[in-house]
Amino acid sequence: MSSFTYRHYPYVRPPELDAPGKRRPVVIVGAGIAGPTLALSLATRGVPVLLLDDDDTVSLGSRSICQAKHSLEVWDRFGIAKRMVEKGITWDQGEVYLRDQAIYRFNLTPEPGHKFPAFVNLQQYYVEEYLYERCASEAPIEMRPLNKVVGVASRDDGVTLTVETPDGRYETAADWVVACDGVRSPVRHMLGLPYPGEIFNDRFLIADIRLEGDLPKERRFWFYPPFHPTNSVLLHRQADDVVRVDFQLGRDADPDEEKKPETIDRRLRQMFGPEVRWEHEWSSVYTFTCRMMERFVVGRVIFAGDAAHVVSPFGARGGNAAVADADNLAWKLARVIAGSSPASLLGSYCRERRMASQENIRQSTRSTDFITPKFEASRIFRDATLALARDFPFARALINSGRLSVPTAHTGSTLDTPDSGDDWVGGPAPGRAMLDAPVGDGWLIDGLGPEFTLLSFGDPVAALPGVTSVAVACSGLLAKRYDARPGTVYLIRPDRYVAARWRRFDKEAVGAALARATGR
Amino acid sequence: MDGALRRTLNLARPDDIYNAVVDAHKGLSDEQCRVFDARLILLLVNHIGDEDVIREALKEAAVP
Repeated sequence: MSSFTYRHYPYVRPPELDAPGKRRPVVIVGAGIAGPTLALSLATRGVPVLLLDDDDTVSLGSRSICQAKHSLEVWDRFGIAKRMVEKGITWDQGEVYLRDQAIYRFNLTPEPGHKFPAFVNLQQYYVEEYLYERCASEAPIEMRPLNKVVGVASRDDGVTLTVETPDGRYETAADWVVACDGVRSPVRHMLGLPYPGEIFNDRFLIADIRLEGDLPKERRFWFYPPFHPTNSVLLHRQADDVVRVDFQLGRDADPDEEKKPETIDRRLRQMFGPEVRWEHEWSSVYTFTCRMMERFVVGRVIFAGDAAHVVSPFGARGGNAAVADADNLAWKLARVIAGSSPASLLGSYCRERRMASQENIRQSTRSTDFITPKFEASRIFRDATLALARDFPFARALINSGRLSVPTAHTGSTLDTPDSGDDWVGGPAPGRAMLDAPVGDGWLIDGLGPEFTLLSFGDPVAALPGVTSVAVACSGLLAKRYDARPGTVYLIRPDRYVAARWRRFDKEAVGAALARATGR
Repeated sequence: MDGALRRTLNLARPDDIYNAVVDAHKGLSDEQCRVFDARLILLLVNHIGDEDVIREALKEAAVP
Protein backbone atom coordinates (compact mmCIF):
# COMPACT_ATOMS: atom_id res chain seq x y z
CA MET A 1 0.00 0.00 0.00
CA SER A 2 1.69 3.16 -1.10
CA SER A 3 1.33 6.60 0.47
CA PHE A 4 1.89 8.02 -2.97
CA THR A 5 -0.90 8.40 -5.51
CA TYR A 6 0.25 7.48 -8.98
CA ARG A 7 -1.16 9.85 -11.53
CA HIS A 8 -1.67 8.52 -15.02
CA TYR A 9 -0.60 10.96 -17.66
CA PRO A 10 -3.00 11.13 -20.58
CA TYR A 11 -2.16 9.36 -23.80
CA VAL A 12 -3.09 11.39 -26.88
CA ARG A 13 -3.29 9.81 -30.31
CA PRO A 14 -0.12 10.99 -32.09
CA PRO A 15 -0.78 12.87 -35.36
CA GLU A 16 1.92 10.80 -37.11
CA LEU A 17 -0.49 7.86 -37.09
CA ASP A 18 -2.54 9.70 -39.70
CA ALA A 19 0.03 11.71 -41.62
CA PRO A 20 3.83 11.74 -41.69
CA GLY A 21 5.22 14.30 -39.24
CA LYS A 22 8.14 16.64 -39.61
CA ARG A 23 11.66 15.67 -38.80
CA ARG A 24 12.66 16.68 -35.28
CA PRO A 25 15.99 17.96 -34.00
CA VAL A 26 15.92 15.62 -30.99
CA VAL A 27 13.82 12.80 -29.60
CA ILE A 28 14.41 11.60 -26.05
CA VAL A 29 13.47 8.01 -25.27
CA GLY A 30 12.56 7.38 -21.63
CA ALA A 31 11.03 9.58 -18.96
CA GLY A 32 12.91 8.56 -15.84
CA ILE A 33 15.34 10.99 -14.24
CA ALA A 34 17.74 11.67 -17.12
CA GLY A 35 15.10 12.10 -19.87
CA PRO A 36 12.94 14.89 -18.39
CA THR A 37 16.00 16.67 -16.93
CA LEU A 38 17.57 16.71 -20.38
CA ALA A 39 14.26 17.74 -22.00
CA LEU A 40 13.94 20.74 -19.67
CA SER A 41 17.54 21.71 -20.17
CA LEU A 42 17.18 21.61 -23.97
CA ALA A 43 13.77 23.30 -24.02
CA THR A 44 14.95 26.23 -21.89
CA ARG A 45 17.54 26.72 -24.65
CA GLY A 46 14.79 26.82 -27.24
CA VAL A 47 15.30 23.31 -28.65
CA PRO A 48 11.99 21.53 -29.36
CA VAL A 49 11.92 18.13 -27.69
CA LEU A 50 9.78 15.04 -28.21
CA LEU A 51 9.90 12.91 -25.06
CA LEU A 52 8.65 9.34 -25.48
CA ASP A 53 7.89 6.92 -22.66
CA ASP A 54 6.57 3.36 -22.77
CA ASP A 55 4.70 3.94 -19.50
CA ASP A 56 2.13 6.52 -18.45
CA THR A 57 3.21 7.15 -14.89
CA VAL A 58 6.26 7.84 -12.72
CA SER A 59 8.75 5.41 -11.19
CA LEU A 60 7.11 2.39 -9.62
CA GLY A 61 8.76 2.32 -6.21
CA SER A 62 10.90 4.86 -4.42
CA ARG A 63 14.13 3.55 -6.04
CA SER A 64 16.69 6.37 -6.26
CA ILE A 65 16.10 8.37 -3.06
CA CYS A 66 19.27 10.38 -2.31
CA GLN A 67 19.20 13.57 -4.36
CA ALA A 68 22.65 15.18 -4.17
CA LYS A 69 23.44 18.87 -3.90
CA HIS A 70 24.65 19.02 -7.48
CA SER A 71 21.42 17.52 -8.82
CA LEU A 72 19.37 19.98 -6.76
CA GLU A 73 21.41 22.82 -8.24
CA VAL A 74 20.56 21.58 -11.74
CA TRP A 75 16.85 21.20 -10.95
CA ASP A 76 16.88 24.62 -9.27
CA ARG A 77 17.41 26.14 -12.70
CA PHE A 78 13.96 24.79 -13.63
CA GLY A 79 12.46 26.09 -10.39
CA ILE A 80 11.64 22.69 -8.86
CA ALA A 81 14.46 22.15 -6.35
CA LYS A 82 12.84 24.22 -3.60
CA ARG A 83 9.78 21.96 -3.77
CA MET A 84 12.00 18.90 -3.51
CA VAL A 85 13.81 20.30 -0.46
CA GLU A 86 10.49 21.16 1.19
CA LYS A 87 8.99 17.75 0.50
CA GLY A 88 12.11 15.70 1.19
CA ILE A 89 14.29 15.04 4.19
CA THR A 90 17.44 17.14 4.38
CA TRP A 91 20.33 15.31 5.91
CA ASP A 92 24.08 15.54 6.12
CA GLN A 93 24.82 13.36 9.15
CA GLY A 94 25.50 9.69 9.20
CA GLU A 95 26.32 7.13 11.84
CA VAL A 96 28.05 3.77 11.53
CA TYR A 97 27.49 1.00 14.06
CA LEU A 98 29.47 -2.13 14.77
CA ARG A 99 27.24 -4.73 16.47
CA ASP A 100 25.36 -2.60 19.01
CA GLN A 101 27.87 0.25 19.31
CA ALA A 102 28.11 3.53 17.40
CA ILE A 103 31.69 3.76 16.17
CA TYR A 104 31.70 6.63 13.70
CA ARG A 105 29.69 9.76 12.91
CA PHE A 106 30.17 11.83 9.79
CA ASN A 107 28.92 15.16 8.52
CA LEU A 108 28.83 15.60 4.75
CA THR A 109 28.68 19.39 4.97
CA PRO A 110 31.85 20.35 6.80
CA GLU A 111 31.24 24.03 6.20
CA PRO A 112 28.07 26.08 5.71
CA GLY A 113 27.50 28.58 2.94
CA HIS A 114 25.76 26.61 0.17
CA LYS A 115 22.23 27.19 -1.10
CA PHE A 116 21.53 23.44 -1.10
CA PRO A 117 22.34 20.74 1.44
CA ALA A 118 24.60 17.77 0.70
CA PHE A 119 21.57 15.50 0.26
CA VAL A 120 17.82 15.55 0.25
CA ASN A 121 16.09 12.19 0.47
CA LEU A 122 13.07 12.11 -1.76
CA GLN A 123 11.47 9.15 -3.44
CA GLN A 124 12.10 8.90 -7.17
CA TYR A 125 8.35 9.07 -7.93
CA TYR A 126 8.19 12.59 -6.45
CA VAL A 127 11.28 13.68 -8.37
CA GLU A 128 9.76 12.39 -11.59
CA GLU A 129 6.35 13.92 -10.82
CA TYR A 130 7.88 17.37 -10.29
CA LEU A 131 9.94 16.96 -13.47
CA TYR A 132 6.88 15.84 -15.47
CA GLU A 133 4.80 18.77 -14.25
CA ARG A 134 7.54 21.17 -15.19
CA CYS A 135 7.93 19.52 -18.61
CA ALA A 136 4.18 19.86 -19.19
CA SER A 137 4.36 23.60 -18.58
CA GLU A 138 7.52 24.15 -20.61
CA ALA A 139 7.22 24.81 -24.32
CA PRO A 140 8.55 23.34 -26.56
CA ILE A 141 8.44 19.92 -24.85
CA GLU A 142 5.97 17.35 -26.12
CA MET A 143 5.63 14.40 -23.72
CA ARG A 144 4.05 11.26 -25.06
CA PRO A 145 3.14 8.53 -22.55
CA LEU A 146 2.43 5.00 -23.82
CA ASN A 147 4.68 5.60 -26.84
CA LYS A 148 7.06 2.68 -26.89
CA VAL A 149 10.06 2.67 -29.22
CA VAL A 150 10.17 -0.69 -31.00
CA GLY A 151 12.52 0.10 -33.89
CA VAL A 152 15.66 2.18 -34.36
CA ALA A 153 17.19 2.83 -37.78
CA SER A 154 20.33 4.89 -37.42
CA ARG A 155 21.99 6.52 -40.43
CA ASP A 156 24.89 8.96 -40.79
CA ASP A 157 22.59 11.96 -40.87
CA GLY A 158 19.80 10.95 -38.53
CA VAL A 159 17.62 8.32 -36.91
CA THR A 160 14.19 6.94 -37.67
CA LEU A 161 12.28 5.53 -34.72
CA THR A 162 9.36 3.15 -34.94
CA VAL A 163 6.95 3.86 -32.09
CA GLU A 164 4.17 1.62 -30.85
CA THR A 165 1.04 3.15 -29.29
CA PRO A 166 -2.36 1.81 -28.20
CA ASP A 167 -3.60 2.98 -31.64
CA GLY A 168 -0.87 1.38 -33.71
CA ARG A 169 2.62 2.18 -34.95
CA TYR A 170 4.15 5.28 -36.49
CA GLU A 171 7.57 6.41 -37.57
CA THR A 172 9.33 9.60 -36.61
CA ALA A 173 12.62 10.96 -37.87
CA ALA A 174 15.12 12.91 -35.79
CA ASP A 175 18.55 14.47 -36.20
CA TRP A 176 19.49 13.10 -32.79
CA VAL A 177 18.04 10.49 -30.45
CA VAL A 178 18.97 10.38 -26.78
CA ALA A 179 18.32 7.01 -25.13
CA CYS A 180 17.49 7.56 -21.46
CA ASP A 181 15.61 4.27 -21.34
CA GLY A 182 17.21 2.68 -18.29
CA VAL A 183 19.53 -0.16 -17.43
CA ARG A 184 17.78 -2.59 -19.79
CA SER A 185 17.75 0.06 -22.56
CA PRO A 186 15.66 -1.30 -25.43
CA VAL A 187 17.38 1.19 -27.78
CA ARG A 188 20.79 -0.23 -26.85
CA HIS A 189 19.48 -3.75 -27.43
CA MET A 190 17.92 -2.85 -30.78
CA LEU A 191 21.25 -1.43 -31.93
CA GLY A 192 23.03 -4.56 -30.69
CA LEU A 193 25.48 -2.59 -28.57
CA PRO A 194 27.39 -4.37 -25.78
CA TYR A 195 27.13 -3.41 -22.11
CA PRO A 196 30.31 -4.79 -20.55
CA GLY A 197 30.92 -4.90 -16.82
CA GLU A 198 31.06 -6.86 -13.63
CA ILE A 199 28.29 -8.85 -11.96
CA PHE A 200 28.08 -8.97 -8.17
CA ASN A 201 26.47 -11.97 -6.51
CA ASP A 202 25.54 -10.63 -3.09
CA ARG A 203 21.82 -10.32 -2.64
CA PHE A 204 20.11 -7.43 -0.87
CA LEU A 205 16.60 -6.63 0.26
CA ILE A 206 15.20 -3.11 0.18
CA ALA A 207 12.12 -2.70 2.34
CA ASP A 208 10.61 0.77 2.17
CA ILE A 209 8.04 1.05 4.94
CA ARG A 210 5.86 3.72 6.45
CA LEU A 211 6.64 3.99 10.12
CA GLU A 212 4.96 6.19 12.71
CA GLY A 213 7.06 7.90 15.32
CA ASP A 214 10.19 9.88 15.81
CA LEU A 215 12.44 8.80 12.98
CA PRO A 216 16.11 9.71 12.70
CA LYS A 217 16.98 12.00 9.80
CA GLU A 218 20.51 10.69 9.56
CA ARG A 219 21.81 7.75 7.56
CA ARG A 220 22.50 4.75 9.77
CA PHE A 221 24.63 1.82 8.75
CA TRP A 222 25.21 -1.29 10.84
CA PHE A 223 27.84 -3.96 10.47
CA TYR A 224 26.73 -7.17 12.20
CA PRO A 225 23.85 -5.65 14.18
CA PRO A 226 22.21 -7.84 16.86
CA PHE A 227 19.00 -7.91 14.76
CA HIS A 228 20.81 -9.14 11.63
CA PRO A 229 24.05 -10.54 13.03
CA THR A 230 25.63 -12.06 9.93
CA ASN A 231 25.50 -9.06 7.58
CA SER A 232 24.98 -5.31 7.24
CA VAL A 233 21.88 -3.08 7.34
CA LEU A 234 21.25 0.48 6.12
CA LEU A 235 18.44 2.69 7.45
CA HIS A 236 17.46 5.91 5.71
CA ARG A 237 14.47 8.21 6.03
CA GLN A 238 12.42 9.56 3.11
CA ALA A 239 9.42 11.85 2.73
CA ASP A 240 5.96 10.89 4.14
CA ASP A 241 7.39 9.01 7.19
CA VAL A 242 8.80 6.38 4.87
CA VAL A 243 12.09 4.73 5.78
CA ARG A 244 14.31 2.59 3.64
CA VAL A 245 15.79 -0.47 5.25
CA ASP A 246 18.40 -2.22 3.12
CA PHE A 247 19.38 -5.68 4.38
CA GLN A 248 22.44 -7.46 3.04
CA LEU A 249 21.31 -11.06 2.61
CA GLY A 250 24.47 -12.77 1.38
CA ARG A 251 25.16 -14.87 -1.69
CA ASP A 252 23.12 -17.90 -0.77
CA ALA A 253 19.84 -16.11 -0.02
CA ASP A 254 16.79 -17.51 -1.81
CA PRO A 255 15.14 -14.58 -3.62
CA ASP A 256 11.71 -16.22 -3.75
CA GLU A 257 11.73 -16.78 0.00
CA GLU A 258 13.09 -13.28 0.72
CA LYS A 259 10.37 -11.61 -1.35
CA LYS A 260 7.58 -13.05 0.80
CA PRO A 261 5.89 -10.38 2.95
CA GLU A 262 6.05 -12.61 6.02
CA THR A 263 9.83 -13.02 5.62
CA ILE A 264 10.28 -9.26 5.25
CA ASP A 265 8.06 -8.65 8.28
CA ARG A 266 10.10 -11.11 10.34
CA ARG A 267 13.33 -9.27 9.49
CA LEU A 268 11.74 -5.89 10.28
CA ARG A 269 10.28 -7.22 13.55
CA GLN A 270 13.76 -8.31 14.66
CA MET A 271 15.03 -4.84 13.86
CA PHE A 272 12.29 -2.62 15.29
CA GLY A 273 11.02 -4.80 18.15
CA PRO A 274 7.51 -5.93 19.09
CA GLU A 275 5.86 -2.50 19.59
CA VAL A 276 6.44 -0.76 16.30
CA ARG A 277 3.82 -0.79 13.52
CA TRP A 278 4.53 -0.29 9.83
CA GLU A 279 2.99 -0.47 6.41
CA HIS A 280 4.78 -1.72 3.33
CA GLU A 281 5.53 0.89 0.72
CA TRP A 282 7.76 -0.92 -1.73
CA SER A 283 10.25 -3.76 -1.58
CA SER A 284 12.83 -5.24 -3.85
CA VAL A 285 15.22 -8.18 -3.63
CA TYR A 286 18.17 -7.35 -5.81
CA THR A 287 21.69 -8.03 -6.93
CA PHE A 288 23.57 -5.48 -8.96
CA THR A 289 26.10 -4.99 -11.71
CA CYS A 290 28.62 -2.31 -12.59
CA ARG A 291 28.55 -1.71 -16.35
CA MET A 292 29.51 0.99 -18.81
CA MET A 293 29.05 1.31 -22.56
CA GLU A 294 32.22 1.64 -24.63
CA ARG A 295 30.85 4.77 -26.30
CA PHE A 296 28.01 7.00 -25.12
CA VAL A 297 27.59 8.55 -28.57
CA VAL A 298 27.02 5.99 -31.33
CA GLY A 299 26.40 7.76 -34.61
CA ARG A 300 23.31 9.88 -34.07
CA VAL A 301 22.20 7.99 -30.96
CA ILE A 302 23.38 9.23 -27.56
CA PHE A 303 23.05 7.28 -24.32
CA ALA A 304 22.55 8.79 -20.86
CA GLY A 305 21.81 7.63 -17.33
CA ASP A 306 21.44 3.93 -16.49
CA ALA A 307 21.25 3.12 -20.20
CA ALA A 308 24.92 4.16 -20.52
CA HIS A 309 26.37 3.19 -17.14
CA VAL A 310 25.21 1.51 -13.96
CA VAL A 311 26.74 1.08 -10.51
CA SER A 312 25.85 -0.47 -7.16
CA PRO A 313 23.43 1.61 -5.09
CA PHE A 314 26.04 2.37 -2.41
CA GLY A 315 26.89 6.04 -2.67
CA ALA A 316 23.87 7.49 -4.50
CA ARG A 317 25.61 7.44 -7.85
CA GLY A 318 22.81 6.25 -10.14
CA GLY A 319 20.19 8.99 -10.32
CA ASN A 320 22.70 11.71 -9.57
CA ALA A 321 24.97 10.58 -12.40
CA ALA A 322 21.93 10.62 -14.71
CA VAL A 323 21.33 14.28 -13.84
CA ALA A 324 24.99 15.08 -14.39
CA ASP A 325 24.82 13.33 -17.80
CA ALA A 326 21.82 15.43 -18.82
CA ASP A 327 23.49 18.61 -17.60
CA ASN A 328 26.73 17.86 -19.44
CA LEU A 329 24.96 16.89 -22.65
CA ALA A 330 22.22 19.54 -22.91
CA TRP A 331 24.29 22.64 -23.65
CA LYS A 332 26.53 20.76 -26.06
CA LEU A 333 23.66 19.20 -27.98
CA ALA A 334 21.82 22.56 -28.08
CA ARG A 335 24.93 24.20 -29.59
CA VAL A 336 25.34 21.41 -32.14
CA ILE A 337 21.67 21.66 -33.13
CA ALA A 338 21.94 25.46 -33.40
CA GLY A 339 25.07 25.07 -35.53
CA SER A 340 27.21 27.15 -33.16
CA SER A 341 29.50 24.19 -32.39
CA PRO A 342 30.57 21.22 -34.53
CA ALA A 343 29.10 17.77 -33.83
CA SER A 344 32.55 16.74 -32.56
CA LEU A 345 31.73 18.67 -29.35
CA LEU A 346 29.54 15.69 -28.41
CA GLY A 347 32.69 13.57 -28.24
CA SER A 348 33.54 15.49 -25.09
CA TYR A 349 30.24 14.37 -23.55
CA CYS A 350 31.34 10.78 -24.05
CA ARG A 351 34.87 11.39 -22.72
CA GLU A 352 33.86 13.47 -19.71
CA ARG A 353 30.94 11.33 -18.64
CA ARG A 354 32.84 8.09 -19.21
CA MET A 355 35.54 9.49 -16.95
CA ALA A 356 32.86 10.23 -14.35
CA SER A 357 31.34 6.75 -14.76
CA GLN A 358 34.71 5.12 -14.31
CA GLU A 359 35.17 7.08 -11.09
CA ASN A 360 31.66 6.16 -9.94
CA ILE A 361 32.27 2.50 -10.69
CA ARG A 362 35.62 2.58 -8.91
CA GLN A 363 34.11 4.23 -5.82
CA SER A 364 31.09 1.99 -5.82
CA THR A 365 33.18 -1.17 -6.27
CA ARG A 366 35.35 -0.18 -3.30
CA SER A 367 32.27 0.36 -1.12
CA THR A 368 30.86 -2.95 -2.30
CA ASP A 369 34.12 -4.73 -1.50
CA PHE A 370 34.10 -3.22 1.98
CA ILE A 371 30.45 -4.06 2.66
CA THR A 372 30.61 -7.53 1.05
CA PRO A 373 34.25 -8.70 1.14
CA LYS A 374 35.00 -11.08 -1.73
CA PHE A 375 37.74 -13.14 -0.11
CA GLU A 376 38.85 -14.09 3.39
CA ALA A 377 41.75 -11.63 3.78
CA SER A 378 39.49 -8.81 2.60
CA ARG A 379 37.00 -9.71 5.32
CA ILE A 380 39.75 -9.86 7.95
CA PHE A 381 41.04 -6.38 7.06
CA ARG A 382 37.49 -5.03 6.98
CA ASP A 383 36.71 -6.45 10.42
CA ALA A 384 40.05 -5.22 11.78
CA THR A 385 39.23 -1.73 10.52
CA LEU A 386 35.82 -1.83 12.19
CA ALA A 387 37.32 -3.07 15.45
CA LEU A 388 40.03 -0.39 15.47
CA ALA A 389 37.56 2.38 14.67
CA ARG A 390 36.27 2.76 18.21
CA ASP A 391 39.66 3.83 19.59
CA PHE A 392 41.56 5.06 16.52
CA PRO A 393 40.13 7.97 14.53
CA PHE A 394 42.14 7.07 11.41
CA ALA A 395 40.32 3.74 11.12
CA ARG A 396 36.93 5.49 11.14
CA ALA A 397 37.89 7.27 7.95
CA LEU A 398 38.61 3.89 6.31
CA ILE A 399 35.09 2.57 6.95
CA ASN A 400 33.50 2.59 3.53
CA SER A 401 29.75 2.13 3.76
CA GLY A 402 29.27 4.14 0.53
CA ARG A 403 31.27 7.24 -0.38
CA LEU A 404 28.47 9.57 -1.31
CA SER A 405 28.25 11.18 -4.70
CA VAL A 406 29.98 14.51 -5.33
CA PRO A 407 30.49 16.07 -8.79
CA THR A 408 33.23 14.19 -10.60
CA ALA A 409 36.21 16.08 -11.94
CA HIS A 410 37.06 15.55 -15.61
CA THR A 411 40.64 16.65 -15.33
CA GLY A 412 42.40 16.88 -18.65
CA SER A 413 39.25 17.24 -20.76
CA THR A 414 40.00 18.74 -24.16
CA LEU A 415 37.47 21.50 -23.41
CA ASP A 416 39.42 22.85 -20.46
CA THR A 417 42.27 25.32 -20.53
CA PRO A 418 44.77 24.20 -17.88
CA ASP A 419 46.13 26.69 -15.36
CA SER A 420 49.15 28.58 -16.57
CA GLY A 421 51.61 29.17 -13.79
CA ASP A 422 51.47 27.64 -10.36
CA ASP A 423 50.18 30.45 -8.20
CA TRP A 424 46.94 28.64 -7.37
CA VAL A 425 46.77 27.01 -3.96
CA GLY A 426 43.03 26.32 -3.96
CA GLY A 427 39.74 26.97 -5.68
CA PRO A 428 38.14 24.74 -8.32
CA ALA A 429 40.71 24.03 -11.04
CA PRO A 430 39.62 23.64 -14.69
CA GLY A 431 37.69 20.35 -15.02
CA ARG A 432 36.15 20.69 -11.56
CA ALA A 433 32.64 21.70 -10.60
CA MET A 434 32.17 25.29 -9.48
CA LEU A 435 31.47 25.87 -5.80
CA ASP A 436 28.49 27.72 -4.46
CA ALA A 437 28.96 30.48 -1.87
CA PRO A 438 26.92 33.28 -0.32
CA VAL A 439 26.81 36.54 -2.30
CA GLY A 440 25.03 39.42 -0.57
CA ASP A 441 21.64 38.10 0.52
CA GLY A 442 21.68 35.32 -2.05
CA TRP A 443 23.88 32.69 -3.60
CA LEU A 444 26.51 32.61 -6.30
CA ILE A 445 24.62 29.94 -8.29
CA ASP A 446 21.61 32.27 -8.58
CA GLY A 447 23.60 34.98 -10.31
CA LEU A 448 25.22 32.89 -13.05
CA GLY A 449 24.16 33.06 -16.69
CA PRO A 450 22.27 30.35 -18.58
CA GLU A 451 25.29 29.67 -20.80
CA PHE A 452 28.94 30.61 -20.12
CA THR A 453 29.69 32.93 -17.21
CA LEU A 454 32.77 35.01 -16.59
CA LEU A 455 33.12 35.43 -12.85
CA SER A 456 35.44 38.27 -11.92
CA PHE A 457 36.66 39.22 -8.46
CA GLY A 458 36.91 42.97 -7.99
CA ASP A 459 36.29 45.28 -10.91
CA PRO A 460 33.90 44.22 -13.70
CA VAL A 461 35.58 43.08 -16.92
CA ALA A 462 34.77 43.77 -20.57
CA ALA A 463 31.77 41.86 -21.88
CA LEU A 464 32.16 39.03 -24.39
CA PRO A 465 29.36 38.04 -26.75
CA GLY A 466 27.22 35.20 -25.39
CA VAL A 467 28.92 35.29 -22.01
CA THR A 468 27.29 36.53 -18.81
CA SER A 469 29.71 38.69 -16.85
CA VAL A 470 29.35 38.55 -13.08
CA ALA A 471 31.56 40.74 -10.91
CA VAL A 472 31.78 39.97 -7.21
CA ALA A 473 33.63 41.55 -4.32
CA CYS A 474 36.94 39.88 -3.59
CA SER A 475 36.17 39.13 0.02
CA GLY A 476 34.70 36.64 2.43
CA LEU A 477 33.91 32.98 1.96
CA LEU A 478 33.41 33.36 -1.79
CA ALA A 479 36.93 34.72 -2.39
CA LYS A 480 38.38 32.09 -0.08
CA ARG A 481 36.56 29.26 -1.84
CA TYR A 482 37.92 30.46 -5.19
CA ASP A 483 41.45 31.26 -3.99
CA ALA A 484 40.72 34.70 -5.45
CA ARG A 485 42.73 37.91 -5.48
CA PRO A 486 41.55 41.21 -6.92
CA GLY A 487 41.54 40.64 -10.69
CA THR A 488 41.02 36.85 -10.58
CA VAL A 489 38.67 35.62 -13.33
CA TYR A 490 36.92 32.25 -13.75
CA LEU A 491 35.26 31.05 -16.96
CA ILE A 492 32.37 28.77 -15.96
CA ARG A 493 30.64 26.40 -18.38
CA PRO A 494 26.86 26.15 -18.75
CA ASP A 495 27.00 22.92 -16.72
CA ARG A 496 28.75 24.88 -13.97
CA TYR A 497 32.17 23.34 -14.42
CA VAL A 498 35.25 25.55 -14.52
CA ALA A 499 36.65 25.82 -18.06
CA ALA A 500 39.58 28.14 -17.30
CA ARG A 501 40.81 30.70 -14.79
CA TRP A 502 43.30 33.53 -14.71
CA ARG A 503 44.84 35.91 -12.24
CA ARG A 504 44.18 38.81 -14.59
CA PHE A 505 41.56 39.36 -17.29
CA ASP A 506 42.86 39.06 -20.84
CA LYS A 507 40.17 39.26 -23.49
CA GLU A 508 42.14 37.20 -26.00
CA ALA A 509 42.88 34.45 -23.52
CA VAL A 510 39.22 34.28 -22.51
CA GLY A 511 38.18 34.16 -26.17
CA ALA A 512 40.60 31.31 -26.84
CA ALA A 513 39.37 29.37 -23.78
CA LEU A 514 35.77 29.91 -24.87
CA ALA A 515 36.52 28.63 -28.38
CA ARG A 516 38.21 25.59 -26.89
CA ALA A 517 35.37 24.92 -24.44
CA THR A 518 32.82 25.02 -27.27
CA GLY A 519 34.80 22.73 -29.54
CA ARG A 520 35.47 25.42 -32.14
CA MET B 1 67.95 0.89 -6.06
CA ASP B 2 66.92 4.16 -4.43
CA GLY B 3 63.25 3.81 -3.55
CA ALA B 4 61.25 5.49 -0.85
CA LEU B 5 61.41 2.39 1.34
CA ARG B 6 64.32 2.22 3.77
CA ARG B 7 66.51 -0.83 3.14
CA THR B 8 69.09 -0.37 5.88
CA LEU B 9 68.63 -0.98 9.60
CA ASN B 10 66.44 1.58 11.37
CA LEU B 11 66.15 -0.12 14.78
CA ALA B 12 68.33 0.59 17.80
CA ARG B 13 67.72 -2.84 19.30
CA PRO B 14 66.85 -5.01 16.31
CA ASP B 15 66.76 -8.37 18.10
CA ASP B 16 64.38 -7.07 20.74
CA ILE B 17 61.91 -5.72 18.22
CA TYR B 18 62.10 -8.75 15.96
CA ASN B 19 61.36 -11.04 18.89
CA ALA B 20 58.60 -8.76 20.14
CA VAL B 21 56.86 -9.06 16.78
CA VAL B 22 57.24 -12.83 16.66
CA ASP B 23 56.32 -13.33 20.32
CA ALA B 24 53.15 -11.31 19.89
CA HIS B 25 51.91 -14.16 17.68
CA LYS B 26 52.81 -16.89 20.18
CA GLY B 27 49.85 -19.05 21.12
CA LEU B 28 47.57 -17.57 18.47
CA SER B 29 45.63 -19.75 16.06
CA ASP B 30 46.10 -19.16 12.33
CA GLU B 31 42.88 -17.13 12.27
CA GLN B 32 43.98 -15.08 15.29
CA CYS B 33 47.37 -14.48 13.65
CA ARG B 34 45.68 -13.11 10.54
CA VAL B 35 43.49 -10.79 12.58
CA PHE B 36 46.46 -9.64 14.64
CA ASP B 37 48.54 -8.99 11.51
CA ALA B 38 45.75 -7.07 9.86
CA ARG B 39 45.42 -4.78 12.87
CA LEU B 40 49.18 -4.33 13.07
CA ILE B 41 49.46 -3.53 9.37
CA LEU B 42 46.64 -0.98 9.50
CA LEU B 43 48.15 0.73 12.56
CA LEU B 44 51.62 0.90 11.02
CA VAL B 45 50.43 1.87 7.55
CA ASN B 46 48.57 4.86 8.95
CA HIS B 47 51.53 5.81 11.10
CA ILE B 48 53.94 5.69 8.15
CA GLY B 49 51.55 7.70 6.01
CA ASP B 50 53.92 8.01 3.06
CA GLU B 51 52.11 6.42 0.12
CA ASP B 52 55.31 5.76 -1.85
CA VAL B 53 56.82 3.87 1.10
CA ILE B 54 53.66 1.85 1.61
CA ARG B 55 53.28 0.96 -2.07
CA GLU B 56 56.91 -0.06 -2.34
CA ALA B 57 56.62 -2.19 0.80
CA LEU B 58 53.50 -3.88 -0.63
CA LYS B 59 55.46 -4.72 -3.75
CA GLU B 60 58.53 -5.99 -1.90
CA ALA B 61 56.45 -8.00 0.58
CA ALA B 62 55.00 -10.13 -2.22
CA VAL B 63 56.81 -13.47 -2.23
CA PRO B 64 58.91 -13.61 -5.43
